[in-house]
Amino acid sequence: MERAPLIEVNNLSFRYPDGQQALNGVSLRVYEGERVAIVGPNGAGKSTLILHLNGILASEDGRVRVAGLPVAGEHVKRVRALVGLVFQDPDDQLFSPTVFEDVAYGPLYMGLPEGEVRRRVSRALAAVGMEGYADRVPHRLSAGEKKRIALATVLAMEPSVLVLDEPTAGLDPRGRRMLIRLLGTMTQTMIVSTHDLLMVRDLFPRMVILDRGRVVADGPTADLLRDQALLEAHGLELP
Amino acid sequence: MSGNAVVSSVLALGRIAGGYGPSGGSQPMHIPDGFLSVPVSILFWVVSIVVIGYALRRVSRELDERKVPLLAVLAAVIFAGQMLNFTVTGGTSGHLLGATLAAALLGPWAAMVVMTAVVSIQALLFQDGGILVLGANLFNMAIVGVLVGYGAYQLLLRAFGNRRWALPVSGFVAAWLSIFVAALSCALQLAASGTSPANVSVPAMGGIHALIGIGEGLITAGALVFVLAARPDLVAPAAKATAGQKALWIGGVALAVVLAVLSPLASAYPDGLEWVAEQHGFLEAAREPLYNIIPDYVFPGIANEAVATIVAGVLGALVVAAAAYLVAQGVRRRATQQ
Amino acid sequence: MPDILDPYRPRASLLHRADPRVKVVVAVASIVVTAALPLGAWPSYVLLLAAILALAVSARLGVGFTLTRGLIAAPFALAALPLVFSTPGAPLGSLRLGPLALDATVPGLERFLSVLAKSYLSVQFAILLTATTRFTELLAAVRALRVPRLLVAVFGLMWRYMFLFVHEVNRLRIARDARSADIGPKSGGTLAWRARVTGGMVGNLFVRGYERSERVYQAMLARGYDGEVRTLPMGRLSASQYGILAGSMAILAFLAVLGILFG
Repeated sequence: MERAPLIEVNNLSFRYPDGQQALNGVSLRVYEGERVAIVGPNGAGKSTLILHLNGILASEDGRVRVAGLPVAGEHVKRVRALVGLVFQDPDDQLFSPTVFEDVAYGPLYMGLPEGEVRRRVSRALAAVGMEGYADRVPHRLSAGEKKRIALATVLAMEPSVLVLDEPTAGLDPRGRRMLIRLLGTMTQTMIVSTHDLLMVRDLFPRMVILDRGRVVADGPTADLLRDQALLEAHGLELP
Repeated sequence: MSGNAVVSSVLALGRIAGGYGPSGGSQPMHIPDGFLSVPVSILFWVVSIVVIGYALRRVSRELDERKVPLLAVLAAVIFAGQMLNFTVTGGTSGHLLGATLAAALLGPWAAMVVMTAVVSIQALLFQDGGILVLGANLFNMAIVGVLVGYGAYQLLLRAFGNRRWALPVSGFVAAWLSIFVAALSCALQLAASGTSPANVSVPAMGGIHALIGIGEGLITAGALVFVLAARPDLVAPAAKATAGQKALWIGGVALAVVLAVLSPLASAYPDGLEWVAEQHGFLEAAREPLYNIIPDYVFPGIANEAVATIVAGVLGALVVAAAAYLVAQGVRRRATQQ
Repeated sequence: MPDILDPYRPRASLLHRADPRVKVVVAVASIVVTAALPLGAWPSYVLLLAAILALAVSARLGVGFTLTRGLIAAPFALAALPLVFSTPGAPLGSLRLGPLALDATVPGLERFLSVLAKSYLSVQFAILLTATTRFTELLAAVRALRVPRLLVAVFGLMWRYMFLFVHEVNRLRIARDARSADIGPKSGGTLAWRARVTGGMVGNLFVRGYERSERVYQAMLARGYDGEVRTLPMGRLSASQYGILAGSMAILAFLAVLGILFG
């Protein structure tokens, strides 16, 4: 018996209102427990694809499914609790006056009672090593701190899948190392979109190369990273 | 030159030179606590609560989910934008209130909510404007400023049609008008409170803000041109308003007319407003009953406040004439379109 | 290092720990009472000032904390200056402005100084409130006091992004000033140039704000936002907080009566 994929994308195409065709028949299956990296040059459609995974961008007729649920209509709220999306710019994600309120936001909007909300905030902050930051204000945090709190805001919803858009972008080497180590401790199914091929090599056994809205490769990271011609053809470079 | 005008000018220059500006201290239209009487403060709280409450309901209906992030972030933009000043002349700096810009780009109700947030935060956190008088400040800046700016902007846009300069010129005039009329409203509140006789507050506030309004107009026009170039989709929606909103634009300009006409009247008969103020301030009235009865003791030799009154009156007449012309244009245009 | 945009000063004091709802109510009541005091009620003004200074000290802010910050509204005093000359009564002196003679009177001066005193006192109450209360607590208090949730949510989100855009503005301003250093104020068209540049900066901020708000909206959606404003409730007020409230109101009432009787 074949396992059902946790995330299923079937021949997804998407055109922005201004005419830009961002995705061209993308198909992808991610199974529970997998760690997948989506790589590709700028403009490949990585962010567009990610925004479909929790229904922020809509696809018609069940082309995107999460845990068997079509990402549309009445299921969207459930999907958003299952798929935790960490945005590229933490200033977009940390929009509350305090860290506590930001991390509590997800559980609060899931309708959880106060006690459970508080528990989840503590657990999430602990999971990212930011205990004691609850009363801090977001605009005084460093980039690295913001990224970790942004992850905490998503962890508090206890999602099954973590999706991260460019997690190491904008971090200094130390912040980057800390974040990579942190991601390594996560047990959820994980999908990242990134340019950071070193991180991909260390943490993500499976790699999907996206270019001009199409999947051009999908396989074991180690193998793909050895294929110099392939990497170069799609604007990728292993430092 | 009438002594009244002299005093007004001195005060105006003094206020300007006294370091106004969002980075230096409070701004000239943000009334601090203590300068308005309790009855006037309460009256304007009531009015502001009613109008802003209505604006909130309208915004909830029209913007549904997006309202909180959109309005909040743009309120933050306007707050930050108010820190951008530039020298108009040697001593004066022009800076932004933003009511007209917000109204032009967001529509009147959303703009009211945005300006409410800006003015309230300024008062609550930075003491730029008082708390008891916040209702009055909201009335001047979030309600009058927005409605007058919006009304003038829409009417002018329609009057000027598709000309290339229609947008910046409409923005400039509407923004100037919104500042000027809001200042008149402020002056009348001060006069009704007995803090500043109308024949001084109206010319002084009007004078200062006629100057400051130039800066507001220029910045608003510049901003509109930029937004039109960068994101034309953001400019179009507000300009393409339904026929049902005509009442709103005319209301905005009518408000301007009312205040412009009221002000020279108040200026000419300052004792009238003082009398009102004294009646409410019963604690003081009990102590100074003579104040109501003796006219024109204010500035010796100024039996005629002619100069100030005439200037304000001319201005008022111009506004009325302009409004009438534009309404006529608008009506004629609609007629020919049908 | 304290942020110029954030008036809160963390300290371990009774005032800091007091319930924000109580603080907001007492602050507003103080301002209302101050405004309602008659002109010339000097004993009450002095007592209020004493209360303010005592609170500032007990809040570990220092006795001069509110005194200097309270001067922010000073320029507006000029609006009330005509009172010196417009109130009838015992003459104080004459001011000559060219051909003009303005007669200052004693009651006029008293009125003017009263307005200033009341204003100065009111500002200091507001400063005490914001220095001892976190903004997020102020929001919660204001929400508990029945201000519409939508408006409070806008305040909160605005505050968060205020810092971001102010830093943006500072950067833009430095860039602009660097470019305009060599253009003198006398060259023609400079005003229009300055206005266009400044207007362009504001327009730029607006567009960026709009785009930022789109992304924030997406982030909110991703965490379950559905248009409703949800928050955790504040706890019930404890007996001691009620005590502080009642005590403060009593003091204010006393000062009001004092003002009416002896002002």
